[in-house]
Amino acid sequence: MRRPVKYGILGGITMSFLAGIGMVESFADRMLIDPVLNMGYLVLYGIVAVYGNMAARSEPNPLEEPSYEKGSSALAGLMTGLIAGLGAAIFVVLVDSVDMTRYFPNFRPELVEVMTFGLELIPGLVALIAVSGAAGAVGAVVLGLEASRRHRVAATVGWVLGFALFQVVVTDILDIAPALARVFYAPLGGLEWYMAVIIGAVAYFLSGRSKGKAKSVIETVRTAERWSGVRWSVYAFAGIALLLPWLVLGGIVNELLINVFLYVLMGLGLNIVVGYAGLLDLGYVAFFAVGAYGTALLTSSLSPTVTPELSWWVALPFVVGLAAIAGLLVGTPVIRMRGDYLAIVTLGFGEIVRILLLSDWLVPYFGGSQGIRQIPGIQVGPWEVSGVDPQYFVYFAAFFAGLAAFISYRAQNSRVGRAWAAMREDEDVAEAIGVSTVKAKLLAFITGAVVASFAGALFSAKVGAVFTNSFDVLVSLIILVVVIVGGMGSIPGVILGAFVLIGILGGPKSPGLLAEFSEYKLLVYGALLIYMMLKRPEGLWPSARRSRELHADELTQDAWLDKGGDFVSDGEQGAPA
Amino acid sequence: MLSIHVTTPPTTERSSSRRFRFNWVDSFLWFIRIFAIITIVVGLTGSIQGFLAGEGPSVEQWRDLFISSVSTGAMYGLIALGYSMVYGVLGFINFAHGEVFMSGIMVGWISATLMFENGFWDANPFAALAVILLVAMFTSTLVAVVVERIAYRPLRNAPRLIPLITSIGVSFFLQYVFAGLFGVGVNSYPPPPGNLGNDVIIFGVPIEGTKILVIGVSILAMIGLWFFVARTKTGRAMRAVAEDKEIAGLMGINVDRTIVTTFAVGGAMAGVAGLLWALLFRGVIFTTGFLPGIKAFTAAVMGGIGNLPGAMLGGVLLGLFEGMGPLLVLDGLGIPAVSQLKDAVAFAALILVLVFRPSGLLGERLGSEDRV
Repeated sequence: MRRPVKYGILGGITMSFLAGIGMVESFADRMLIDPVLNMGYLVLYGIVAVYGNMAARSEPNPLEEPSYEKGSSALAGLMTGLIAGLGAAIFVVLVDSVDMTRYFPNFRPELVEVMTFGLELIPGLVALIAVSGAAGAVGAVVLGLEASRRHRVAATVGWVLGFALFQVVVTDILDIAPALARVFYAPLGGLEWYMAVIIGAVAYFLSGRSKGKAKSVIETVRTAERWSGVRWSVYAFAGIALLLPWLVLGGIVNELLINVFLYVLMGLGLNIVVGYAGLLDLGYVAFFAVGAYGTALLTSSLSPTVTPELSWWVALPFVVGLAAIAGLLVGTPVIRMRGDYLAIVTLGFGEIVRILLLSDWLVPYFGGSQGIRQIPGIQVGPWEVSGVDPQYFVYFAAFFAGLAAFISYRAQNSRVGRAWAAMREDEDVAEAIGVSTVKAKLLAFITGAVVASFAGALFSAKVGAVFTNSFDVLVSLIILVVVIVGGMGSIPGVILGAFVLIGILGGPKSPGLLAEFSEYKLLVYGALLIYMMLKRPEGLWPSARRSRELHADELTQDAWLDKGGDFVSDGEQGAPA
Repeated sequence: MLSIHVTTPPTTERSSSRRFRFNWVDSFLWFIRIFAIITIVVGLTGSIQGFLAGEGPSVEQWRDLFISSVSTGAMYGLIALGYSMVYGVLGFINFAHGEVFMSGIMVGWISATLMFENGFWDANPFAALAVILLVAMFTSTLVAVVVERIAYRPLRNAPRLIPLITSIGVSFFLQYVFAGLFGVGVNSYPPPPGNLGNDVIIFGVPIEGTKILVIGVSILAMIGLWFFVARTKTGRAMRAVAEDKEIAGLMGINVDRTIVTTFAVGGAMAGVAGLLWALLFRGVIFTTGFLPGIKAFTAAVMGGIGNLPGAMLGGVLLGLFEGMGPLLVLDGLGIPAVSQLKDAVAFAALILVLVFRPSGLLGERLGSEDRV
């Protein structure tokens, strides 16, 4: 019974913490399933369910198969939940009895009201503890289910929550038939409870049927003849998917997609610098700024001094050239610097660029805090595409993101790509086997800068104006988080990272699908970054090479265990006999 | 500082071509050096001419600027000690150290407000400051130690950049935890208690009381730290661990505990710096730690990372650079509104130090992995 107590206390602390920073209260405004569940409660009790689940697991012991006993694991979960609820209840009582709003603005009566389900204090606290205990027990019971049943439950919960959380997307798609949207969602937001039941039931009964089907479809396509019907149907699907943003998706989703693609673009660019070449660049936003301001100077009619008023396409090559020069200028002085010094110096470069753009000194060129306005969109024949029509602009963003993916893919195994990999592994050894590290480093900086300048050019055409506050150091760090969470050195990883983080949580200045997170997204980003570094440093979708590197020790250990080696007593590790 | 490059004798064709490429980078670095020197000289001459012609700030204003730069620099120096010590022992930049500093100021603010409201603040100014000092030191130490335990200890043997990236995550996390708890607005300390804000005449020069206090406190803290590191057993253990973790462990030193101590001492120094921030600037917001943190790291690098007197010296120098540099150099170049460029000057100073003298002013002392 030590684990339930431990996880219960942790759960209580986490619940109080989430409540104390105001997360529960502000999320409570967002209804998920109309009268029953709001997002605040989902977060609060979801955590308890996770802790309950963890408490019910038997002590991890590599020598024993994990075993569950239904009754005792449910009991462990219940215990965990009750203890966690008790902890949260103590916190609520504290908030209710001592007025601390002066120092902690979130410790206010509204919080107590949310936590006690709007009841009186005592019955509310009892309800809090009871619900918490139930959540813990549910989390534990799920663990005890047999695998197929567990998948079904997971599918049910996933689909219902998906429909509830991504209400924006669903209504956006259902824009053609608003009446249908009203069937799904309550007027004040949130899935109608009967729709939740229907969706859950459908998901429960249909899940498990599709198992293995996706794999076989992929296999069919893979083995199909070049001109066979199967291939053509794939192309047809791809074509239809391409038309989606234009015909089906609404403004909000397209806007979001553009943001995601911009971050895919920058993420892939930074991935070349950090993931391939192993140079931690914390000032990457500077190149984005060069791209955006370069485009602004060359195309805008309101640019203070330089006003050639070129079209976007004519300006692009100049902007790219400018970015390449910027990459060279930043890259050369830092070429001899060690990893972490490099990080801090590039961060300094990024900040210097932003400060200079903002300063009164350069106002005659860059407009200072006023920025540069009236940047035209992208010309296509007689039309001009800008952020006003996201359903068209998204194609340009997607095209350049695709281009960046192509460049990364081709670079990865090219001569220079292998030079980067060698340099990342060990600079001295790379040098010794004839890799010119100077050249490789500069090339990495230049390629990264060029890719970022595409993003900058797109960004300025989309927004129609550039201001310095789009280029602060936070953007660099967020791009880095995208790359790391997705998987350093992995192209699909970076794309996935951008979709998950920017698309769902939101970027530094733009909300994502879960707009409620905007206040707390950096908290989540930070927590995610720490978690990933501790538990899964290779990222969500790791590149094969990287994950081999990071788990090299474990592999040798596994191999050693497989051979049945006995424990070495003198603390020597690794080398199998 | 520089990673070791293989220097092959210039006899073969291959190495001569390599030498050529190196020279290309070198000549660019020389270009930067010469350009920087010319800029500084031209700027200085311009400013001095302006000063002689009676334009710009008066002598008194220069003097006040100097004193406030030194006191800000002393604060940077105290934060820099934390960076320097952690870098010396673990070899990574603890990006979250700025947030450790901020946490002390934030929690100290609660005690300050409480004391201000019940009159203790003005009745016993020094006792009040001591209370804030203790609260800030305690908070910062606690945060530093908890962060080490949760985020850094599992990464003891991870590749170099992983703890650095983790510390960026910790920095985000702490910032927004404090934003959530304390709100996103600026929390202001009450005005300096008693007659601390008044000028004190020292050698015929009037100096603001708080600035003297700031400089005095940092000198005391520095002496205390020096005594701790150089004279106590724990300090010796710390130096041994910085030298070589493995061998220190074999000598019977508890490496983990020593590392925690390092974080704790760094945190305590950040707490002291927190009090100084409160005295100098009074306002605190959840992002307060970010810029001073980076600047303190700059200071640590300037003085030679891993070198404790160097960190203090680097802090004071950085304070002077960013406080006086804009007026002294940039103004002479005819740049308007130079005070906006304060932070840019600090970062430029970092880049220049690394270009001119990568091992810092007093030379860095690194662990065995770095020396090779």
